[in-house]
Amino acid sequence: MDFGTMLGLMGQGLMLTGQIFVVTLVGALPLGVLVALARMSRFKPLAVIATLYISILRGTPLMLQLMALMFGPYYLFGAQMGADWKFWACDIGFILNYAAYFAEIYRSGIQSIPRGQYEAAQVLGYTRAQTFMKIVLPQVVKRILPAMGNEIITLVKDTSLAFVLGIMEMFTRAQAIAASQVSLVPYAIAAAIYWVCCLIIEFILNRVEKKLDYYHD
Amino acid sequence: MAEETAHEGTGKVLVSLEHAKKSFGDAPVLKDISLSVREGEVWGIIGPSGGGKSTLLRCCTLLETLDSGTLRYEDITVAEDNGAGHSVYADKATLAKARQRFGLVFQNFNLFPHYTVLQNIIDAPVSVQKVPKDEAIARAHELLEKMDLAGKEDYVPCDLSGGQQQRVAIARALAMRPDVLFFDEPTSALDPELTKGVLNVIRQLAEEKMTMVIVTHEMTFARDVADHIVFMDAGVVVEEGPAEQVIDHPQHERTRAFLANYGD
Repeated sequence: MDFGTMLGLMGQGLMLTGQIFVVTLVGALPLGVLVALARMSRFKPLAVIATLYISILRGTPLMLQLMALMFGPYYLFGAQMGADWKFWACDIGFILNYAAYFAEIYRSGIQSIPRGQYEAAQVLGYTRAQTFMKIVLPQVVKRILPAMGNEIITLVKDTSLAFVLGIMEMFTRAQAIAASQVSLVPYAIAAAIYWVCCLIIEFILNRVEKKLDYYHD
Repeated sequence: MAEETAHEGTGKVLVSLEHAKKSFGDAPVLKDISLSVREGEVWGIIGPSGGGKSTLLRCCTLLETLDSGTLRYEDITVAEDNGAGHSVYADKATLAKARQRFGLVFQNFNLFPHYTVLQNIIDAPVSVQKVPKDEAIARAHELLEKMDLAGKEDYVPCDLSGGQQQRVAIARALAMRPDVLFFDEPTSALDPELTKGVLNVIRQLAEEKMTMVIVTHEMTFARDVADHIVFMDAGVVVEEGPAEQVIDHPQHERTRAFLANYGD
């Protein structure tokens, strides 16, 4: 098999890789906000549940979580899931897991906003929702951007864990080709692709950081 | 804006606090404080740090809740003593209405750093009071002019000096057209030069008969600007009265001892 064919086969998997990446961000970025707010809630039971959620999802391997979602329905309830279930299991697993990490980053950002900001907003008559959306969240975004960048870059590479569910994303294909061709080249190609993807993300994050650099506090 | 000059002591009462008590844990911070501020009056609240001045202001501006006592903004009862020595606060909607009656200028400005000067001033009128945007902008220009900050609309707070930031904060408070404006040590974070600019702005507001309650350590300023001075220490009003009387001829030993530190 020549280099071009390998690249082509792996490239076909890149769509799935990208899909896992995008779906995870779209789901986990907002879910993380909710988990963070629950974690900081004054309503104790909610805070306890959110704390436990974060602890379990950060404290067990993502690979294990994916497998639990994949096979759990059958072993626990005897439910026969369709052939598509692995994609659902994959997306749900990634979203739940990343939301836990994002939640803690959001929390660090939210708690770093000085009390005076809330007080100024309160005196001016902003509702709690307005205060959060207009005053707190935009400042939080700027503060947590470097930490979020870390997680997003990790996510690029974590998509390869979909391999354990037999999803034919880029890395799964690389492994299959490497095994059948007895060659390390697919791995080298995979490494290069991941790195390039991360470079692009670094570039975008830098642009966003620069854009938010118009103020400091 | 302020009505035609009301004669001192005869204007309607805008803020009234009766028998206010507040403790943090076991430590009493306010022990039975009463005051009533009339339209057009300027009150100066002076006294040593930890004497309860800021807490008093924070209770008046609903940033802290009273343990007991009554707080009213003209016709709005914010908190009422239930007779058993506990303040009962009004419902959310009433509190929101009361918040529209006053403004507060903080020691540390507390401008929104991600907003430009203009956004800082217009956002609350537009998104809280639903003032049309162009109207809010026109008003903001007017206020900035008055604050000697014309042309700074598109600056962000971090590009301004502390004195300029504080004047933006005053403009932000005035943009809400409050009946009464509270100041919590508005110049304590500023050097003497910047202090002057902020005090001049407050003086000008006093001349326009803006009703104000000012916690300050600037004695000369307080004597010049305030009609009425309250000297607080250890959670009680030790002495109060016309500004010149309290500052130039204090009756109480504690007031004298405090003011002796300000020999200029």
